[in-house]
Amino acid sequence: MAGQTLEIKRSSAAMWGTHTGIRTTPTVAKYIDTTTCIGCKACEAACQEWNDLGTVETHQTGTYQTLPKLDAKFWNLIRFNEREVDGGLMWMMRKDQCMHCAEPGCLEACPAPGAIVQYGNGIVDVDPSKCIGCGYCATGCPFDVPKFHVKTGKMAKCTLCVDRVEVGLEPACVKACPTGCLNFGTKDDMVALGKARVDQLNKSGFKEAMLYDPEGVGGTSVVTVLGHGHPEWYDLPVDPNVPVLVRLWKSVLRPVGVLAALVTAIGTFAHYTKYGPIEPPSDGGSDEHPN
Amino acid sequence: MELSRRGFLKATTIGGAIALGFDLTKARAEMREFKISRTTETRSICPYCAVSCGVIIHTLGDRSKNATSSVVHIEGDPDHPISRGSLCPKGITLKDDINNKNRLTAPRVRRPGSDRWEEISWNDAVAGIARHIKDTRDRCFVAKNAAGQVVNRNPGMAMIGGCTDTNEFNFLQWKAITGLGVPYRDTQARV
Repeated sequence: MAGQTLEIKRSSAAMWGTHTGIRTTPTVAKYIDTTTCIGCKACEAACQEWNDLGTVETHQTGTYQTLPKLDAKFWNLIRFNEREVDGGLMWMMRKDQCMHCAEPGCLEACPAPGAIVQYGNGIVDVDPSKCIGCGYCATGCPFDVPKFHVKTGKMAKCTLCVDRVEVGLEPACVKACPTGCLNFGTKDDMVALGKARVDQLNKSGFKEAMLYDPEGVGGTSVVTVLGHGHPEWYDLPVDPNVPVLVRLWKSVLRPVGVLAALVTAIGTFAHYTKYGPIEPPSDGGSDEHPN
Repeated sequence: MELSRRGFLKATTIGGAIALGFDLTKARAEMREFKISRTTETRSICPYCAVSCGVIIHTLGDRSKNATSSVVHIEGDPDHPISRGSLCPKGITLKDDINNKNRLTAPRVRRPGSDRWEEISWNDAVAGIARHIKDTRDRCFVAKNAAGQVVNRNPGMAMIGGCTDTNEFNFLQWKAITGLGVPYRDTQARV
């Protein structure tokens, strides 16, 4: 079974620590260079094929983009953002998929124990057998990634092909990419690759080129080179964060709530042992049935 | 059932803990299997364009006598010198191409004057093509040109190769078509 040989770093709705392993494995990452993406959609097709997601009905919105946004049956979407830069039309193509955050908002928000897990190698995955389909993960995600599937009643999203990565292969999208704008390896290697590319772009005139690896979610296992800088031009949040309410709920309200429930239970039990059950009146309950 | 006080307390504590969301079992993941771990791998070449990317076709079963193979997955061949594992969206969806119910699996012919295609056997198709080649060559053969030089050419035919043909196949078809004297020929060997 996929994921079985991977140790779990973090698990949703777990109270007492979540590190289940002693092994240290390198964090893996996907590298995306938006400047060499030609928008061929091979990654989209490869994702559908590997994950057996079949075909989806496309929506024409005036661009070449397949769908307006990600779908429970479409986990990898090339966004064809159009923008005028220096008087010319630019295509800001960007690969939209789960970012596999180091501090995942979806995992924080999930109330079902073990439904969202983060493996030792940094991959964030949804376990459909434990998912209750509440949709809280979508609230916690700053990138609008997890999507609800009506038929199964579960959430679905990119798994970074954990079944492939686990046995030592690269994700399907990365393998397919004909221009090599996608790459796969350890996070350190991918960040180094990204920094080198950004340097190269800076020297060749793209002064605002940057590597998108946002700190607000602890960094992501998907590092993106943005040729023109400005994450918002690529439909990316400038400073993504796990919503404050989600953090408040998980780190403060939930433990307090559980504690309150526990105290109530213990109190009830103590009260019962001390005072015992309510005895019926000794005169045979004539008060209640006067006739 | 005998239930000691200690046992009762233990059971209620653990039961309560689970009910309140303390999962005491170790977190374990059992989600997706690696779906091609035991499929049969066959190397082939993508049939679309002249780039001729290498593909690996994964078929069901290990080719044992009682297993019927069908294509379950196709992805790029990392050992192929041209594509080194990558594929375009058309190549990556070859599985759907092969399994498509509209895919032709037998030769068809539309006979002169007919308004429809009819399915014929491979033997009939090869024999029919050979007949046409012989007839055309007999009708159009030019042994000498206007200047009286021996040319032995057959301008009634032309040859076009398949864009995914290999070097060796191109050599053979070039040789065969030269034997027929066809001057108009192209193997589509672009890359």
